[in-house]
Amino acid sequence: MSSLAISLLDLEADSQVCLEADDYQKRPGKWCAGCGDFGALNAVKRLLAKEQLQPEKTVFVSGIGCSSRFPHYVNTYGFHGIHGRALPVATGIKLARPELDVFVTMGDGDCTSIGAGHWIHATRYNADMVVLMLDNNIYGLTKNQTSPTTPQGYASMTSPKGAVLPALDPLQATLGVSNASFVAQTADWVPAHLYATMQAAYDHPGFSFVRILQRCPKFTADVFQKNIENPDLTELLVHENGVDVPSLKQLFKARRVHDPKNIDDARALAHRTDKLRLGMFFRDDSLPVYEEIRAVPKISAEEKVARLNKEFERYAV
Amino acid sequence: MGTKATGQVNVEEVPEHTVEIITNSGEGAQKCAQIFGATCAKMGNGVWTVEIIPAEIEPPHHTVTSTSGNIIRFGTGKITNWGDQSKLAVAFNDQVLLSRHRLDSLRDDCIILLEAAWKDSEDEELRRMYDEAMEEMSSKNYRFVMVPYEEEALKIVDNPNHGKNMFALGLLAEIYQRDLSIIEKQIAHIFRFKPAKVTEKNIELVKAGIAWAKENLDFRFHIESVPFEEERIVMNGNQAAALGAIASGVELCAMYPITPATSVSHELAEIIENYGGIVHQSEDEIAAAGVAIGASYAGKVALTVTSGPGMALKTEFLALAIMIEVPLVVLNVQRGGPSTGLPTKVEQSDLLSSIYGQPGDAPRVVMAPRTIEECFHAMVTARKIAETFRMVVIVLTDANLATGVGQFTRPELDVRWQQGAIDQSPIPEGLRPYEWDLETGLSKRIIPGMPGGQHTVTGLAHDEESLVSYHPSSNELGIKMRSRKLAVFQSTLMPPEIHGDDEGDLLVVGWGSTQGAIVDAVGRAREQGHKVSTCQLAFLSPLEPGLKKIFSRFNKVMTVEINYSDTPGDPYVTEDSRRYGQLAWLLRAHTLVDVECWTSCPGQPLRPRDIYNNIIAQLESTEKGVAA
Ligand SMILES: Cc1ncc(C[n+]2csc(CCOP(=O)(O)OP(=O)(O)O)c2C)c(N)n1
Repeated sequence: MSSLAISLLDLEADSQVCLEADDYQKRPGKWCAGCGDFGALNAVKRLLAKEQLQPEKTVFVSGIGCSSRFPHYVNTYGFHGIHGRALPVATGIKLARPELDVFVTMGDGDCTSIGAGHWIHATRYNADMVVLMLDNNIYGLTKNQTSPTTPQGYASMTSPKGAVLPALDPLQATLGVSNASFVAQTADWVPAHLYATMQAAYDHPGFSFVRILQRCPKFTADVFQKNIENPDLTELLVHENGVDVPSLKQLFKARRVHDPKNIDDARALAHRTDKLRLGMFFRDDSLPVYEEIRAVPKISAEEKVARLNKEFERYAV
Repeated sequence: MGTKATGQVNVEEVPEHTVEIITNSGEGAQKCAQIFGATCAKMGNGVWTVEIIPAEIEPPHHTVTSTSGNIIRFGTGKITNWGDQSKLAVAFNDQVLLSRHRLDSLRDDCIILLEAAWKDSEDEELRRMYDEAMEEMSSKNYRFVMVPYEEEALKIVDNPNHGKNMFALGLLAEIYQRDLSIIEKQIAHIFRFKPAKVTEKNIELVKAGIAWAKENLDFRFHIESVPFEEERIVMNGNQAAALGAIASGVELCAMYPITPATSVSHELAEIIENYGGIVHQSEDEIAAAGVAIGASYAGKVALTVTSGPGMALKTEFLALAIMIEVPLVVLNVQRGGPSTGLPTKVEQSDLLSSIYGQPGDAPRVVMAPRTIEECFHAMVTARKIAETFRMVVIVLTDANLATGVGQFTRPELDVRWQQGAIDQSPIPEGLRPYEWDLETGLSKRIIPGMPGGQHTVTGLAHDEESLVSYHPSSNELGIKMRSRKLAVFQSTLMPPEIHGDDEGDLLVVGWGSTQGAIVDAVGRAREQGHKVSTCQLAFLSPLEPGLKKIFSRFNKVMTVEINYSDTPGDPYVTEDSRRYGQLAWLLRAHTLVDVECWTSCPGQPLRPRDIYNNIIAQLESTEKGVAA
């Protein structure tokens, strides 16, 4: 009886209504014309529609930055927090409510600079969430300061003579963290790949870290330009267990078969810099997921009171 | 009094005693004291114990900086603080004893049960140190009794450092005629994670101590135990806060280790999973705040526990929680400041930073339990306030309460405290995320999962719909509504209770943990015929109502606090530059009364006698019409 009642309840929830991609858009994005964040938003909308995610059971979490405006444009619950700290909030949400679908959007400064500690540790917690790092190689919102991923020599307001250090590689860094379970790279200007990567990230049970190379028309319009103009400078990592979009075969001639199970190859491929590589570097669905290993049985209020009363016995005078 | 020669035993009847157990760190003083204190409490004495902890885990032994130990004050009635000085000391070497002597912690006639081995040590250097220490201490009339702790412990265990403490416990058990069966139970509890033979060995050592005392000591003390009417439990403030957190329904505690807050999470980590909750140890205090806020946003009852430096790291997140009106309880077990060492000890210096230390306008409730018992109940109250007002509630305790062990009435639990944070029913048609009641600023909380409630919370200025807004009037409204909640909350508070007459020459105002010592000191002054009263504030933001009226009935108002204030008359300190104690600052601003203060930062709890002396000084200077 009771199980029947419950399944009827489940049926009621939105299952009749079919949501289109645009239903997931709350309001138009307010990024600059030509900003790569639009592409990410489009792919996200398509994914949500494809998966028919219940808007009330989905949460977008972000920090501060242009890219962190993301939750405001998605018709789900959203948490627009503080700079660099989206991941702890998302981890807290997942610990509290594992059944919610959680997406995180961060900029490169957000993730790899001020939030670097959280990034390393959230990777290791491996809570089940889709993590989109929108990497435009620059601080956008604060108007053109060097980020850890800014190419060496590239000028900004804080490094007028060019960035003095080699850029930090977020893929290598993430792949170096124990319990990292999903690392992929895609680009806003290859929408089919972007979408397929997000789909894989969503399908993966664990912390799916996706670095999205993202154009910033204002401050780093040129950093990805040669790759956009010449697809031969990009190599797609393909595999039946990875991301493989048949329609891209025409455009991208350079394809490398890479089994995303192989962490050593993944690290090597992330390391070599001759070509821009898009695809799934690593995926392991068997690693411990934080909210699962921390799950504890529910206890009734009455039982809690009874147990606490018993606890007092230890301290009784 | 001293070593037994004639077979005659002298039993002295006393209302209370204070005992110190002083050792090198790593020699088990804490365990000895913990068991002794718990035993006294269980026998029906009032008890208060305080830890003496060096900052290092095991600093070089046999030095004046290696002192580790415990002070246990116990007596016939209620004991609310650590008192003035110790009347009996167990000391494992002359150097640690010397450190206590230098701190003036021992009464002039203190009985000292000192390790006998050092006096005639083969090591010339140790002999010299011993002689010099004894020479220095000869300024007092301490009564020394030599005890062969090490020699006796070696008869039972291989490593005397794992046995002397229990032998000493045996001595105390005999001197104060403690109930051995209670001691045995406590030992079993403390070593519950160790093999059973550890418990057995420890009990054997206690029995050896009792036998040695029976054989060799000619003095005993009898402290009447009057069992309390109601059921009582004994614990320290951190344990009380941890159990209070569970009683309050906390389901997630996010933390990063920091003394003196850490033991709250130790306590929680041990038991919270039996209550369907978890302790999450974050990568740092910022993340701990973030995880707690995320969990609370998603509908869990969440807590983050820290101490001052961790508080500093959490500030931005707390401001965000306040801005987006996510309920959160923050327990700050205060300490002296950054780094380690003395800053990990007792201090009340986080008052103003807790009230004001966030970016932007960030009104929040700050409360300070005054007793170990209140550490328990404050957690329940804090959750209730946090949820009712969609507000951050900061609970300020300190190392005095956190590590002080005392007893209190066993709390009556209420099953309603365990209620989940929020329901999951669809939100009423048209309800906005910040549907502020314009009178009270209160609004209904919506959490993920509630159909129809989708919105994005944001730290940016936002309107009732939670939409980002740059409009001046919308920002002003948001700020006003978040602040109004404090005023509404204040309207539910009662004026503080006055100990003593409600008018007089001097009103001493304290906050939080100092209550016990202040009430003792004021009691002494009143016995001397002085017109002194005191009140102890538990709510600091908002302040309890009616203060100005109360203050107006006294010639002078003075705060007593464990934080820094300038001493008038010190070089460069003028009326213009003088820094006041933090509560004094707050009260002056709030009431426009010329509130005086006496504050001190000794890195340890205040002594009633020091407070008493400063009360008298204040009374004298008020009479003369000069600033103290
Ligand atoms: C604690 C703190 N420090 C600094 C800032 C200012 N700030 C806002 S966004 C940002 C960097 C934005 O760059 P990025 O994270 O790469 O995101 P983008 O805007 O490029 O998407 C900075 C420094 C802040 N909001 N908070």
